[in-house]
Amino acid sequence: MARSIEELNNISSQIRRDILRQVHLCSSGHPGGSLGCADFFTALYFHVMNHSSDFKMEGHSEDMFVLSNGHISPVFYSTLARAGYFPIDELSSFRKINSRLQGHPTTHEGLPGVRIASGSLGQGLSVALGMALAKKMNGDDSTVFALTGDGELQEGQIWEAVMFASHNKVDNLVVTVDYNGRQIDGDTDDVLSLGDLAAKWEAFGWTVLEMEGNDMQSVLKGFEDAKSKLGNDNPVVILMKTEMGYPIDFMMGTHKWHGVAPNDEQLENALGQLEETLGDFKI
Amino acid sequence: MFDNYQVTGKKATRNGFGDGMTELGRINDQVVAMCADLVGSLKIQEFIKENPKRFIQTGIAEANMMGIAAGLATAGKIPFATTFANFATGRVYDQIRQSIAYSGKNVKICASHAGLTLGEDGATHQILEDIGLMKMLPHMTVINPCDYNQTKEATLAIANHQGPVYLRFGRPSWPIFMPEGQFEIGKAILMKEGTDVSLVATGHMVYYAMEATKILEESGISVELINIHTIKPLDDEALLRSISKTKCVVSCEEHQRNGGLGDAIAQLCAINLPSPQEFVAVNDSFGESGKPDQLLDKYGLGISDIVTAVKKVRQRIT
Repeated sequence: MARSIEELNNISSQIRRDILRQVHLCSSGHPGGSLGCADFFTALYFHVMNHSSDFKMEGHSEDMFVLSNGHISPVFYSTLARAGYFPIDELSSFRKINSRLQGHPTTHEGLPGVRIASGSLGQGLSVALGMALAKKMNGDDSTVFALTGDGELQEGQIWEAVMFASHNKVDNLVVTVDYNGRQIDGDTDDVLSLGDLAAKWEAFGWTVLEMEGNDMQSVLKGFEDAKSKLGNDNPVVILMKTEMGYPIDFMMGTHKWHGVAPNDEQLENALGQLEETLGDFKI
Repeated sequence: MFDNYQVTGKKATRNGFGDGMTELGRINDQVVAMCADLVGSLKIQEFIKENPKRFIQTGIAEANMMGIAAGLATAGKIPFATTFANFATGRVYDQIRQSIAYSGKNVKICASHAGLTLGEDGATHQILEDIGLMKMLPHMTVINPCDYNQTKEATLAIANHQGPVYLRFGRPSWPIFMPEGQFEIGKAILMKEGTDVSLVATGHMVYYAMEATKILEESGISVELINIHTIKPLDDEALLRSISKTKCVVSCEEHQRNGGLGDAIAQLCAINLPSPQEFVAVNDSFGESGKPDQLLDKYGLGISDIVTAVKKVRQRIT
């Protein structure tokens, strides 16, 4: 599914418009982290992963993805819809009653593309390990990808999983950390410092890579590097620097847009900063 | 009186689990065993020996174990996540809730050392709230077998059941009295017909209820004894049929009164058939160190407590 950087940037621009319009429509949701991760999701679903929008839960012979920081559901939903998993106009039902697009992703409503509920933080890495181990048992050489937040690394279960992965040589797994340095109550450095994150993962026996999450070229190279490290006994983590709210001028440089929706005026301003490349979803 | 339920020996229910796992390992290649550093206690050594590639040792990290189980199930495996009941439920409640129950994963949570009868380790390990915690989760099946044979049969049965299951068993050596071939998920077992009281027991307490029945029959009270292994979904029909005949019920369980089998029966009766009920259960208390029989006596779960409860409930029929 190789695409040019220009094509991918066009997709991510549309996904960012989808994010803003989803959270604005229901006056609720998490735009900041979603916007920051739009390039990551675009690269993963439109370039990196071998996957099928004809969704099968078990994902045999397919690359699989686990979203651990489920609150950035708007970017996940838009990506899945734009990749053909469900109708694009269904994005207008985000967080509304009787919707498959719950506030946090779930398998419960049968939305194609979602394999696990997430929202309560710290659990997705363990789930991804289970999928990766099942692939090894089945002799399936495809890859499992997972995304966690950086604030999420404050959860103890993450480090249980990190310790397990290297001991068990789970080397068909690529974990990415959305390293935006912000969480609900402020900067991670103020709330609970993550310290030397690269050194921590390295000390646990992981191969640590870095990439600029809001530069498509860097994202593609980061994934390429990660793939080249697979199958060498060590699990792989990418510390992905992103800017919460990117590229909306008034949403960047603050944690304030973590879980707040824009009003009408703010939406108009923000959409003015993003090209409509593939057509907005209908309301 | 209990011709079909003669005691044939003694073994722990956890041995029934372990032997069930050995058999499952041979007949179902999708079954994966997991354990958080308690392999010997869960009696799964033989499974591991025969299926080393289908065993996952997580170390002392139960939250991670539950998440990995959810991931394995997503990819089509049938994971059996095993540890002590305390660490298999309360410690990882949110992991079970989100990654397993809400996500609808086919994970079997198998827990040993439930209740007071784990004995000397004391209250930190004697969980008496696990049935309540698990039965509150939507669509979670909760099974608490009574002896070695029933535990082994339950272990085999849950592998063929689609959906999350909590299977609870215990540590002590306990009488074996259940014949094989009677276990079906969700089906109560009528061990003895009677007319004066419905005595409903689960887990280790089924044996005590049998002993109490013998004493009660000698004093002229006709007991209907029901063995409930599946607490959720409860066999409503069997219970209502019995209680409509006897007009009263006594529930027996090695669990808190709050949230246990008795609670479930009380709810059933309140809606369908309001009836006097007595509860043989731990009443809002933690346990302590001691021998299993000493603890059951001290916390009101002795054979004499069942006899007393039956006599009391009989007096409450108006």
